[in-house]
Amino acid sequence: MAKTKKLVQLTPTDIKEDILAKYPPKVARKRAKQIMINEATGSDSPPEILANVRTIPGIITMRGCTYAGCKGVIMGPTRDIVNITHGPIGCGFYSWLTRRNQTDAGPDGDNFMTYCFSTDMQDQDIIFGGEKKLAAAIQEAYDLLHPKGICVFATCPVGLIGDDIHAVARKMKEKFGDCNVFAFSCEGYKGVSQSAGHHIANNQVFTHLVGEQTKAQEGEFKINLLGEYNIGGDGFEIDRIFKKCGITCLSTFSGNSSYDQFARSHHADLNLVMCHRSINYVADMMETKYGIPWIKVNFISADSTAKSLRKIGEYFGDEALMERIEEVIAEEMKGVQAALAEHKPHTEGKTAMLFVGGSRAHHYQDLFTELGMKTLSAGYEFAHRDDYEGRQVIPDLVPDADSRNIEEIEVSADPELYNPRKSAEELKALEDSGFEFKEYEGMNKQMADGTIIIDDLNQYEAEKLVELYKPDIFCAGIKEKYSIQKNGVPMLQLHSYDYGGPFAGFKGAINFYKTVDRLVSSKVWSYTEAPWQKSPELTGTFVWE
Amino acid sequence: MALLRHTPVEVMERKSLTINPAKTCQPIGAMYAALGIHGCLPHSHGSQGCCAYHRSALTRHYKEPVSASTSSFTEGASVFGGHANLIQAINNIFTVYDPEVIAVHTTCLSETIGDDLKQIFDKATKEGKVPAGKTLVGAATPSYVGSHVTGFSNMVKAMAQLAEPSGRKTHKVNVIPGWVEPADMAEIKRLCAMVGVDVTLFPDTDGVLNAPLTGEYKMFPDGGVTIEALKRTGDALGTLALGEWCSADAARWLDAKCKVPCTVLDMPFGLAATDRFIDVLRTVAGVSVPDSVSNERGQLVDMISDMHQYFYGKRVAIWGDPDQLISMCEFLVSLDMQPVYVVTGTPGKAFERRIREICADQPFEVKVKAKGDMFLMHQWIKNEPVDLLIGNTYGKYIARDEDIPLLRWGFPILDRQGHQYFPTVGYKGGLRLLEKILDLLLDRKDRDDPETKFELVL
Ligand code: SF4
Ligand code: SF4
Repeated sequence: MAKTKKLVQLTPTDIKEDILAKYPPKVARKRAKQIMINEATGSDSPPEILANVRTIPGIITMRGCTYAGCKGVIMGPTRDIVNITHGPIGCGFYSWLTRRNQTDAGPDGDNFMTYCFSTDMQDQDIIFGGEKKLAAAIQEAYDLLHPKGICVFATCPVGLIGDDIHAVARKMKEKFGDCNVFAFSCEGYKGVSQSAGHHIANNQVFTHLVGEQTKAQEGEFKINLLGEYNIGGDGFEIDRIFKKCGITCLSTFSGNSSYDQFARSHHADLNLVMCHRSINYVADMMETKYGIPWIKVNFISADSTAKSLRKIGEYFGDEALMERIEEVIAEEMKGVQAALAEHKPHTEGKTAMLFVGGSRAHHYQDLFTELGMKTLSAGYEFAHRDDYEGRQVIPDLVPDADSRNIEEIEVSADPELYNPRKSAEELKALEDSGFEFKEYEGMNKQMADGTIIIDDLNQYEAEKLVELYKPDIFCAGIKEKYSIQKNGVPMLQLHSYDYGGPFAGFKGAINFYKTVDRLVSSKVWSYTEAPWQKSPELTGTFVWE
Repeated sequence: MALLRHTPVEVMERKSLTINPAKTCQPIGAMYAALGIHGCLPHSHGSQGCCAYHRSALTRHYKEPVSASTSSFTEGASVFGGHANLIQAINNIFTVYDPEVIAVHTTCLSETIGDDLKQIFDKATKEGKVPAGKTLVGAATPSYVGSHVTGFSNMVKAMAQLAEPSGRKTHKVNVIPGWVEPADMAEIKRLCAMVGVDVTLFPDTDGVLNAPLTGEYKMFPDGGVTIEALKRTGDALGTLALGEWCSADAARWLDAKCKVPCTVLDMPFGLAATDRFIDVLRTVAGVSVPDSVSNERGQLVDMISDMHQYFYGKRVAIWGDPDQLISMCEFLVSLDMQPVYVVTGTPGKAFERRIREICADQPFEVKVKAKGDMFLMHQWIKNEPVDLLIGNTYGKYIARDEDIPLLRWGFPILDRQGHQYFPTVGYKGGLRLLEKILDLLLDRKDRDDPETKFELVL
């Protein structure tokens, strides 16, 4: 495809039609609603996109499953809980250390993330039921490790044979007395993507962990950071910035997290939401139950980091804090500016495509903007409509059979612990000054008119996009990496950062500029053709004859 | 502080909890094997998560695109069966990707529901969802039986079952290489060609999972055994199956059903196993071994003799898949090294017996476990340390904690590259293994020796 020329003369409509042409009619009809040409996002009736619907059998999707979202994404980064996968060995094996969640347990702290625990179900367990084996496995884990918490995750066959994992967990918790045991019905088939698993995980963490410990942590400006998973050390960098500003982060959900942090998180005075998709409901529930307001933040890109910090300062309304934040921004921006001066000349005007996660494809556009790059096409792997169109569409979302599968928990104000952090007047004053709580704009607004937004991208469509647009960089996950690169287009893994990172915060931004510069300026792609392929005519005689 | 800080020295018996498995589930093996068919799209019949996991794991290991589709089960399919999903998938796959073959494997989910692949294939064919000249292959791979090795074997057997004996013998020999790297498959073909034996190798991932970078992505690269060739395996002179666990089932099926005689051999890792491979090859084909092959062998023997002093008496812990472990242990013993701990997650009592035989009459006692896990092996190491670890990437945590060099070998290798290009089978592969082991041991010696003992010449 390096050999095909850029077909820039094609309009987005042509491209969409070209993509759809190959599908059987039924598939084409469905995909047509998931491929959207971005336009008129400011109008009253911007185009609607179909999202969070089932993947089409046989169409090679980027998605994973509910279990992956639950055990892998949300619970994976919690270091001192023993996570037992109840099922055949595979699911546990593949989620063993593969998400690059970094953690710092200190010299003496518990850290079970390096271990993989599984009941390794055998055929007799499938036939006769696996509850006994599960109870015994929990007992063995307890005897061996004495953790504060043990979590159990159901895989597909467990749901089918009907093991009551919650009853087993309850029984073991009572038996131990000093170890919290709870379970997740996160069978892979439960939802249409990992997103269902995030929801199941968060609900259980909220039900079984948050609010458990009464003792508050000391600190002046206490926040929780929700939806940050410390891939490649992102969380460490954000923590560094918080500390520098004098902000105390009680708990990160769930990067570099621990049992106690969750259990005390209800003492925070503000919740910050990073990845809206994976966790917005926890923020809502914490507001209802404990009275903690939440705001959307973004620490991906230097400008977004600065903006988010200022927003925190504004919320607390403390002069000294706001001043310190400005100082930190000014100081950190020096490095950022220097890095941009070095890298932007190489990246300016180049083009990108981003297909990742449930808000990554959105956040990372800020970094590309800083580099002077344009995002031609983007989409999410497992987002819902509000991630594209903004939070205001949530009331219009009609739950279908698949979303009804996921338990919604009823939350009300806690009789003892509810404590509104700001009075109604204070909130109103803030809002009147333009401060936004709970707002979330979505991807569409951010992208230029005429760009193509695609939900649940598949391999064939990715190939088509690359062929037709020839972007300078493509961002997705490991499964997409090498096919894109075989086409001569550099590909950056944005789930795992290609084993680099961090990309969050100020230092992360600098790191990202450098990484992208390396990729778009690499000489590698000029080697794809051998000299004799460039001029293949044979003369028939040896040159020196 | 140790990364595996919670692993205690005292071994507590565990009946129900597996910790740090030395195996994974069947479908990933089936997926890898299917990639060794030319023009084949592997298809995972179950929920999409399994397929995503298997593709990710294979991609991370081979650093190559791994395309595979899924039936994308949701709740409904899990209750009512996956027929509709699979038939729809077959139609979509042939329309959009146009492969020559779809190789379907089941998952624990579709197995538990009881989906019958053959029945679904018949229905799809009847409904006209399978274009003329295209093939469907199917293998049952429930994850709660066996391991990834079993899944590989089951798919290879399904490939053998495509045989359509015509009664006219070819002059070809079937070679089933087992779960080895694409580079190993290439090396086996090279050795066969050197001996002058015309072979059908299946599966054959050479050219598929080590494809060149040309600026043009091919979903179906040039490599892989063709369906035509697979159909003709029933007319072959015989079958050489390398590895009891990976390859024997397919070979025995061809023997029983198509009267193609088979010989099951160990995988040709190391000197003796390669010797047996070449010797059988020469016998079945009635040819004599060319000097070029004997020379390669002589070079390996030469290197063994040169290095012997560094290998002698070194204690090794090794884990992985049964077929690989058997040949590797034999090789280690032949170097006077001591594979003291040998663990596989794949079940099989015969495995433990084989390893004990190999280590019998040796000046060390071997601890061997099939259906074992790496947690147990680590505990053994804590009780009595070793000089070298040989196994997959997950061993790097033990290596760091216990400060023991690790030779990455087996599946999966997630953090190093080159294994997809450089073979470890055959005599040349043996040279590479020796080089790697010696580098590890001598680097360690150079690091640890006191200044007075630090020497230029070694
Ligand atoms: S559900 Fe079964 S087939 Fe899928 S990854 Fe888990 S063990 Fe493997
Ligand atoms: S950022 Fe993306 S990948 Fe990460 S949890 Fe959110 S949606 Fe998932």
